[in-house]
Amino acid sequence: MLRLATAGSVDDGKSTLIGRLLHDSKAIFADQLAAVERTSRARGEDEPNLALLTDGLRAEREQGITIDVAYRYLVTPKRKIIIADTPGHVQYTRNMVTGASTADLALILVDARKGIVEQSRRHAFIASLLGVSHLVLCVNKMDLVDWSAERFAEIREEFRRFAMKLTVADLAFVPVSALHGDNVVQRSANMPWYEGTSLLHHLEEVHVASDRNLIDARLPVQYVIRAQGFRGYAGTVAGGVLKPGDEVVVLPAGFPSRIREVWGPGGEPVNETFPPQAVTVRLDDELDVARGDLICRPHNRPHVGQDIDAMVCWLTERSTLTPGARYTMRHTTRSVRAQVQELPYRIDVNTLHRDEAADSLSLNEIGRVRLRTQTPLLFDSYRRNRSTGSFILVDDATNNTVAAGMITEPSASVVWHPTAVGRSDRATRGLTVWLTGLSASGKSTIAAELERRLVLAGRPAYRLDGDNLRHGLNAGLGFSAADRAENVRRVGEVAQLFADAGLVAVVSLISPYRADRDLVRARHVAAGLAFVEVFVDTPVDVCEARDPKGMYARARAGEITGFTGVDDPYEVPVEPALVLRPQDGDPAAMAARVLALLDHP
Amino acid sequence: MTTAYELSPPRALEAESVHVLREVAATFERPVLLFSGGKDSVVLLHLAAKAFWPAPVPFPVLHVDTGHNFDEVLAFRDRAVARFGVRLVVAAVQDDIDAGRAVEETGPRASRNRLQTITLLRGIAENGFDAAFGGARRDEEKARAKERVFSFRDEYGQWDPRNQRPELWNLYNGAHRKGEHIRVFPLSNWTELDIWRYIAAERIDLPSLYYAHRRPVVHRDGMLLAHTRFITLLDGDEPFEASVRFRTVGDATCTGCVESTATTAEAVIAEVAASRTTERGATRADDRISEAGMEDRKKEGYF
Repeated sequence: MLRLATAGSVDDGKSTLIGRLLHDSKAIFADQLAAVERTSRARGEDEPNLALLTDGLRAEREQGITIDVAYRYLVTPKRKIIIADTPGHVQYTRNMVTGASTADLALILVDARKGIVEQSRRHAFIASLLGVSHLVLCVNKMDLVDWSAERFAEIREEFRRFAMKLTVADLAFVPVSALHGDNVVQRSANMPWYEGTSLLHHLEEVHVASDRNLIDARLPVQYVIRAQGFRGYAGTVAGGVLKPGDEVVVLPAGFPSRIREVWGPGGEPVNETFPPQAVTVRLDDELDVARGDLICRPHNRPHVGQDIDAMVCWLTERSTLTPGARYTMRHTTRSVRAQVQELPYRIDVNTLHRDEAADSLSLNEIGRVRLRTQTPLLFDSYRRNRSTGSFILVDDATNNTVAAGMITEPSASVVWHPTAVGRSDRATRGLTVWLTGLSASGKSTIAAELERRLVLAGRPAYRLDGDNLRHGLNAGLGFSAADRAENVRRVGEVAQLFADAGLVAVVSLISPYRADRDLVRARHVAAGLAFVEVFVDTPVDVCEARDPKGMYARARAGEITGFTGVDDPYEVPVEPALVLRPQDGDPAAMAARVLALLDHP
Repeated sequence: MTTAYELSPPRALEAESVHVLREVAATFERPVLLFSGGKDSVVLLHLAAKAFWPAPVPFPVLHVDTGHNFDEVLAFRDRAVARFGVRLVVAAVQDDIDAGRAVEETGPRASRNRLQTITLLRGIAENGFDAAFGGARRDEEKARAKERVFSFRDEYGQWDPRNQRPELWNLYNGAHRKGEHIRVFPLSNWTELDIWRYIAAERIDLPSLYYAHRRPVVHRDGMLLAHTRFITLLDGDEPFEASVRFRTVGDATCTGCVESTATTAEAVIAEVAASRTTERGATRADDRISEAGMEDRKKEGYF
């Protein structure tokens, strides 16, 4: 299942694009189309106006605009796709925030004639803020720019430069004509220069499973189920994996216990549960557990605290957010009182400029807010976990939902100790070189050669080899998607520390998932450190022929599963700093190319 | 070892619905499930039973009885209520007509569809229900595509589409004052096909008229209407027998059927997947009043 949010205005042809997507994939029905044709004719339009398919309210049809989020459903042989269709104008930012809150992918539309406009940047920023990891920029109305490859490339490059400022793990570009259907469902014959897939094909294939947090086990207790001889804690898994036998603690009390059973709906036994399953767990011990408590692992707990820092989007025109105001906060399965303490800055959603003089947030405005809750919250940062990191504020006078909040990593519970040594005080400036590619692609050999050359040249460098680190730092990790993510995260943290200390950290790690690598990149960028991604692009058949450790043979024989390139995906970097292919020469030549890049970036 | 850790679409939809059912049971004082015997309300009741297993469903069901029921649906209703061990509350349109709160439409096309709203709101108010689960889906109709999962109704039971609460993540806002209530739609993200696939996978029992059977029908406004005692024949109406099934079940005066030979859920899925019309478009006269027929009725407090 893929949840997607679209943003754009009628002028960009967004409703037409969705109408086209539904129409050409046969997801709309004859009577719906007949109704659209009737209305289009009545308005004197020649062709059926596909935008009428999504604009469901009378006022929307009359004014020709999309006011509210509409949900549409598309089922292809490969996927069920839920489309949250949101209006694009700045006065509807709240609707886009709403649609993006549950989306895996955001589809942003631009008019090929106009290119990237303020609105496109705003949409990308909101998608990134709401933690949507996949972004597709649809360049529409290509028919009106003579199907120009140059125009498309221009828009793509401009958007890429802007997206560097955001944390977007996966960025794709599709040139389309929604009006005529080019590249929407079928590849277009009008743009032979375009090498990618149609929009629908991309939506069917994009890999979203690794976006969820499968590391931090979190089960907020939603409802206690009591029956004869049965006391179970029902809830929707908010992160990680839990299974019978797992040692757990119940927060906030901190009672230790063990999971005895996990039941799916209707009493189906579950061996392992993960987000977003709705389950009921029984514990070994009889504890006083209630709604609002949280079950997690003893050594991986959420933050506990009353001072909450968050990015907040204000959703109502009837009031403003000002320091001192009190609200009811809904967070996981808890409801607590919260007071606004500070508004450090408001962010201009078009320029990303921070206005530190702001003293309030009004409708559609987004800002950094510090809140104090009446009782401690059990939370993670939104970046790490969308379920335990999000909240809404409810106004007690009107009962309206007035704000959406995304919690940022707390600074209060663990205090960052300032250093007396600045980066410029150190003898050398460090950075991270990240070699990614299949097993046996040659990463480690290139890395060893690169390290040797750097050290010979007098530059402090240290190699972090994926296999070697699994003997120590990562000894406890396996090869599941969750363990791989954690493996990459840890190596990324170590590399960042080395780089901060002034070394060139040379990482060789398969790191198959794009999202994991991009998180490491984002951490480096946030810390002001260079992150040089090098894709060792050795074809799988070449790797398999080398197979120095006999791993491919074992994977093919079925002795090991989840082997990258055989039965687990490798996600190619979107924009690596350098790609090394077998024709680029031997490992020494390849190391020389990396070195040249470091000397002349 | 790599496990996909991915839920199939039916399981993901089930999990989402179960979450909503539990959330309401945990945060409202007097929820009720609106039960018509139609397939969506049957799936909803099935999900409620699964959500609270092994405990019984912790709320009653409310049937808004138009008096124009298909006999087999009423029999099915009583069987279902007994099987799930839930309490049944009936609110009858006839009572409102008798008390003068509702005026029966007249003429051969008379329907009690619109009167149901009066009875539904009375049923909710009289019993002090603060949340009412409905089986409506967003794919049914374009006004419903805009509806929230938690849909606020004011003290007159009215829906204000221009002033809906934003709904983010799975954090639902059920706050309301006395006299107001929340309509809750746990099946919002299901499509007709999802419903049928789930019925097949879970072997859910449905009223027999959802499967092909022979019965006397008449052609009316491009639809097939069952020829029951509630239908007044118009000039030129010639009842004939056909093999039909119903795609939705509502008031017998305005619910049409389609010609079909599908006698199992699997056969229905094949027909639904190949169908080129929506279930309401094919068989609901009540939606054809105008382009905003559903939006207007929903504003008044309709299902």
